[in-house]
Amino acid sequence: MLVFTLRRLLVAIPTLLVISLVIFLLVDFAPGSPMSEIPLTVPPDVRQKMIAALGADQPVLVRYVLWLRQFFWVEPATLFDGIFGTHLAGNEQRILSWQSRSPVFSIIGQRMPQTLTVIGTAYLVGILIALPIGIYSAYRQYSWFDQLGTLFAMIGFSVPTFFSGTLFIIVFAVWFGWFPTKYDTTLHVTDWASFLKQLKQMAMPVMTLGLANAATISRYMRSSMLENMGQDYVRTARAKGMTERTVVLKHVLRNSLIPVVTVIALGIPSIFGGAIITENLFGVNGIGAALIGAIHANDLPMVQTLAFIFAVLIVTFNLIADVLYGFLDPRIRYD
Amino acid sequence: MPDGGDAVLDVRGLKTVFRTRGGEVHAVNSVSFHLKKGELLGVVGESGSGKSVTMMSLIGLLPSPPADVRAGTVMLGNRDLLKISPDELRDVRGAKIGFVFQDPMTSLNPVFTVGSQIMEPLIRHLGLTKDQARSRAIDLLELVGISDAANRLQSFPHQYSGGMRQRVMIAIALSCDPDVLIADEPTTALDVTIQAQILELVKGLRQKLGMAIIWITHDLGVIAGIADRVMVMYGGQVVEQAPVKELFAHPQHPYTRALLKTIPSLTGTRAARLQVIEGQPPIMMAEPASCPFCDRCAHVFDRCRRENPVRRGIDTRPVGYGHDVACHWTPEAAVA
Repeated sequence: MLVFTLRRLLVAIPTLLVISLVIFLLVDFAPGSPMSEIPLTVPPDVRQKMIAALGADQPVLVRYVLWLRQFFWVEPATLFDGIFGTHLAGNEQRILSWQSRSPVFSIIGQRMPQTLTVIGTAYLVGILIALPIGIYSAYRQYSWFDQLGTLFAMIGFSVPTFFSGTLFIIVFAVWFGWFPTKYDTTLHVTDWASFLKQLKQMAMPVMTLGLANAATISRYMRSSMLENMGQDYVRTARAKGMTERTVVLKHVLRNSLIPVVTVIALGIPSIFGGAIITENLFGVNGIGAALIGAIHANDLPMVQTLAFIFAVLIVTFNLIADVLYGFLDPRIRYD
Repeated sequence: MPDGGDAVLDVRGLKTVFRTRGGEVHAVNSVSFHLKKGELLGVVGESGSGKSVTMMSLIGLLPSPPADVRAGTVMLGNRDLLKISPDELRDVRGAKIGFVFQDPMTSLNPVFTVGSQIMEPLIRHLGLTKDQARSRAIDLLELVGISDAANRLQSFPHQYSGGMRQRVMIAIALSCDPDVLIADEPTTALDVTIQAQILELVKGLRQKLGMAIIWITHDLGVIAGIADRVMVMYGGQVVEQAPVKELFAHPQHPYTRALLKTIPSLTGTRAARLQVIEGQPPIMMAEPASCPFCDRCAHVFDRCRRENPVRRGIDTRPVGYGHDVACHWTPEAAVA
C-alpha cells in the first residue's frame, strides 16, 4: 500500500504539470486585458506601465514558469513562515491578484472558511440523509417508502439550485420569516446566541445543496445495496440464523459502502470548489463567488491559481479514494 | 406414525408457489418425506425439479415475495417450522438445521474474515463469548481438515481455495451441532478430486457427529456412494423413493430409469452415444392435473394425462418407508 501510494504520488507530478500548463495557457489565451477594470481616462502610456508593473508584458512561457515557482515554492514557504516564524520565502513575490493587488492565497484564505462551513455542512447533511434513505429503500424495494425516496431523489436531481434556493427563500424567509435571506459573512460565533444565528443563516443554503447531494448519494447507496442484497453470502448469513438487522446492517451494508465511500471521497473536491450559484443566491462570500468575480474582472492569476488548486484537490482525492478502496475491500491489494 | 418415531424431520404435503407476472408457478407440489436420526437422504433430479426450493422452503430461506410456502407441515422434533414465528425460525436456522450451498466462491462474505463468519452463529445461538467462540472456531476448522487453523481464522475468503471455502461452509453449518445438515449440491462447483475429498470429509463427519443429512445433487454417482435412502424429484413432486441399493437395483419410475441410463460408463463401449432424456422439465402454472413426466415418458398412456399419480408402495411397507413410486404404469399394465 505504501509503495502504491508513493508511486501514485510520483505519477501525480507530471500529471499536475501538464494540467497546470493547459490551465495556464487556456486562461491566458482568453480575450480580455488586465486593464479592463481601469477607467478609460487613464492614458495609454500609463496603462502600458501598469501592465509592465504587473509583469503581464512578459512572454507567456516566462510567466508560466514564474507562476509555477510561486505556486510550488514561494507560497508554501510563505505559509511555513507564517506558521513557524521563519524567513524562508524572504522578499520573493507572491502570486498577486490583478484585481485587488493582494496575494491570491490571502484572498483564498479569507474565502475558504465560508465555503467550507456552508458547502461542507451541506455535503455532510446530504450524506447523513442519503445513507439511511438509500439503505431502507433498497431493503424495502418498491415499498411506499422506496417510491417516496425515488420521488425525493428525482426532485433533488432535476430541480436546479437556483430554483429550489429561491423557493426556500420565498417560503422560509419571506412567508415564515424563520431564516434571514442573506448570509452575513461578518458574523463571528462567540456565544450561544451567535451560534444559533449562524445555524439559522446556514439553514437555507445547506438545505438547497444538501437536497441535491442527498439525491445523488441516496441513489448510489440504494443501487449498491440492491446489488449486494441478492448475493449468495446474504443467503448464507440468513441460513446461519442471523437477525435481519445483522444481515442488512452488517453483511450487506459493509459491502455496499465500498463504492459509495469512493463516490463520496471523489465528491469532496467539489466542496472546495464552492457552489457558484448557491453562494451567489444567498450571498455566501466563498470561493465560488471569488472565482466568478475574478473571471468577470479578467483577473488571470486568480483564475489560474484557483483552477489549479481544484486540479490538485481532484488528483489528491482520486488517490485517497483508491487507497480507501484498498482499506475497505480486503480483496484489493496494491502491492 | 408407523416405524417413524425416530424421525428428526417429518415433512408432509409441502406446497410452495412463486408469484410471478405470468401467474403462479407451482414449484413444490405436495412433497412429503421424513429423515431419520443419523440418516443420509439423497435427493436427485435435474435442474428445476424443485430440489433446492423444497429444502429452502423448510427453513424460510426463500425470499417472500415472490415465494409463498402455502401448505404442509414441517415437523422438527415436535415443532412445526411453518407455524412458528420468524424469530423462532431464526433460532432454528444455523442452530438445529445447518445449510451448505452450492457455490463456495460466492457463499462467504468477502469483506469479513473467515474466523468472524464462523464465530457469528456461535455467538448468536450458543451465547459464547468472543474468546470461547474463537477457540471453538479453531476446533471446527480442524474438524473439517484445515491445518494451521488458528492463523487461518484471520484470512479472508479470497485467500482460500474453492475446496477450502466449502470446508469452511461445512464448518459454519456444523458449528452449533445441528440435528440436520442440508447440503445443496455442495460439490457441484468443485473439480472432481476436491469433490471426492469433500465427500470423504462428510462421510467421516457423519460418523463422528451423527447428524442426519439431506444431500441434494444431480449426480447419481455421488448418491450411490454416500446415501442410505434416495428420493427422486421431478416437476416439484417426489416421483420415487427407496433405499439406495433397492433404487439402483429396481428402479420403477420411467424417469428414474432414464436418469440411471444417463450415467456415462467408464467400461461400456466407447462408441455408444451419451444417453439423454429428451425435452425439458415442465413449468407448472397450475396444480398438475396430469403426470408431470407424461410429455417425456416412453410408457405414457391415457390415464397419465388425466390424472396425476399418487405415490404407492412397491413393497409391503407404507409410503415413505420402503420403496414407493408415483406412476400409473406397471409392468403388468404393459402386458395387459
